[in-house]
Amino acid sequence: MFEIFGIPSQALFGQLLIGLINGSFYALLSLGLAVIFGMLNIINFSHGAQYMMGGFAAFILLQQTGLGYWPALIIVPILVGITGMIIERTMLQWLYKLDHLYGLLLTFGLALIIEGVARNFYGSAGLPYRVPDSLTGGQNLGFMFLPNYRAWVIVASLTVCISTWFVIERTRLGAYLRAATENPALVGAFGINVPRMITLTYGFGVALAAFAGVMAAPIYNVSPQMGAELIIVVFAVVVIGGMGSILGAILTGFGLGVIEGLTKVFFPEASNTVIFVIMVIVLLVRPAGLFGRRA
Amino acid sequence: MKRMISMTALTIALAAGTAHAQQQVTVKIGVMSDMSSLYADIGGPGSVAAAKMAIADYTKDRPNVKVEMISGDHQNKPDVGSNLANQWFDVDKVDMIIDIPNSGVALAVSQVASQKNKLFIVSGAASSDLSGSKCNANTIHWTYDTWMLANGTGKAMVKTGGDTWFFLTADYAFGHALERDTDAVVVKNGGKVLGKVRHPLNTNDFSSFLLQAQASKAKVVGLANAGGDTINSIKQAAEFGIVKGGQSLAGLLVFASDVAALGLPTAQGLALTETWYWDVNDANRAWTKRWQVERPGKFPTMIHAGVYAGITHYLKARESMGGAPDGKAITEKMKSMPTDDILFGKGEIRADGRKIHDAYLFEVKKPEESKYPGDFYKTRATIPAAEAFRPLAEGGCSLVNKS
Repeated sequence: MFEIFGIPSQALFGQLLIGLINGSFYALLSLGLAVIFGMLNIINFSHGAQYMMGGFAAFILLQQTGLGYWPALIIVPILVGITGMIIERTMLQWLYKLDHLYGLLLTFGLALIIEGVARNFYGSAGLPYRVPDSLTGGQNLGFMFLPNYRAWVIVASLTVCISTWFVIERTRLGAYLRAATENPALVGAFGINVPRMITLTYGFGVALAAFAGVMAAPIYNVSPQMGAELIIVVFAVVVIGGMGSILGAILTGFGLGVIEGLTKVFFPEASNTVIFVIMVIVLLVRPAGLFGRRA
Repeated sequence: MKRMISMTALTIALAAGTAHAQQQVTVKIGVMSDMSSLYADIGGPGSVAAAKMAIADYTKDRPNVKVEMISGDHQNKPDVGSNLANQWFDVDKVDMIIDIPNSGVALAVSQVASQKNKLFIVSGAASSDLSGSKCNANTIHWTYDTWMLANGTGKAMVKTGGDTWFFLTADYAFGHALERDTDAVVVKNGGKVLGKVRHPLNTNDFSSFLLQAQASKAKVVGLANAGGDTINSIKQAAEFGIVKGGQSLAGLLVFASDVAALGLPTAQGLALTETWYWDVNDANRAWTKRWQVERPGKFPTMIHAGVYAGITHYLKARESMGGAPDGKAITEKMKSMPTDDILFGKGEIRADGRKIHDAYLFEVKKPEESKYPGDFYKTRATIPAAEAFRPLAEGGCSLVNKS
């Protein structure tokens, strides 16, 4: 086996794959953020809390009704998405005309409240959630042991990301959405219910976060702070990708997962800062982000 | 950003009504903990509840002792912790600070206590440096430390054949101390350390580090981390088949709350060392019932027990001295008095500030062995107080050389 920078290539391939898996979570979460920002112009700081709600809802569903992972993967995003729509209808819709900062502050406050409530009822240590029986075990790929669940994470994340991109960029519904962002009054004049479309879009973005939360529950600690830890990184991903760019969010999500994975091999102590270093460099060179539309 | 230093003030003062003319003792205690992040369940509000119990129990029959308590959040930031300590000592006239889960913050506050000549009783933090190279005459380390954890779990693992190690270490004061102390125990008992990787505090994904541990072929993967980091490591180690592949996990610092968060199916078989467990005897069970009135559905950790016992011993010393002694004087007094409380039994505080008591090597039960909620451990061994902690001469504490 040959070596690259003193690391056996076997280990390196393993790390690349691991990076890609972690990138799946970044991509899923930043996708939701990008959809919400791109369509609503809201910087959704409660995204991490909504991701956490996904994990908690999966746990509660299992405890209270005995419904396991697979039903949760469908039911939880819908439930959490509905809470998102309620938030949009009752609070966010009044902020569209104001500066971005107001939406950011409101959603940040909501995130603190949601996390506080979760901590109050469930403590901070976390809740147990297991890998579904059908996905336990793993495959020996020769260069690494790949748990079946991680393989599923990549597949599911890629499917969701590509479908979302396709719907928004390539279908009639997506065209309406993008048009409504550009000029809501004109699109409304064509008989399309713009406010309802916006509500559904926010609900969808939140549902994506909850979906990621359910995906994360079997492998990450399900605790009230699980979202707060991740959301800052995910924001960096969105900024690097270009605020509001769907494709940018997906590609940078996966790409930064890989870069972070490699850092964990070469300089593990820096693995939680490397993304921010990249963010600084990207902002200096391309302030609109790698895939940003507006200069 | 999170400016949520919650100040809860509680005054427990019973009307003086006894005929005995005793000297009035007025005390103010500050419980500083992680109230809102990863260590909030091992310390946090549970420590506040334990402190309230200690104060209520002690003052019940002693109307001459008046105790006031405040609590605050150090947010796991040494600067926030030392600022708060300064404010408590200077402005709020706090006599003693207790708890502080997070060695980085505890080391900072220990300095502040020394400068201001007050007292700091450590229950939550682990670094053995607090009673070693960084000891001072104003700090008492109550519940546990990294040397004791290493000596308990590390030694047991090496003795049962785990003679090659790979460490996953949290990259700050606590992780470094735990790794260093365990490394020493492993080498001393004839084992070898094959490698280590240091991860940032609050890491979400450990798969990359676990792959490195797997590749090292070490028999034991030592987890020199705590709280959510330990939970994530163990959860993902199960996923990556670390244990199935023949490697063992050594959770060097695992609390009852972590076991609850993992669930027994994932945590079963894990060996760990603690100095206190709620289900060891009737006294602990009775105390736990009372504690659960404030923390329903939770189980107290050894840190909570340490807060209770530490405050009890402190109040005893204060009452016997009377007046308002300075930090060094009260620390001396506490060291000279043998300790005796319902949770840790009889013990002592050594010259270096180290509190001495028994430790237990536990093993997490299989799901079918667990009969009721909180039934987590079976006892594998009791490590007597004299062997559980680092010998006085080996810590490098300056207070020891002087005497």
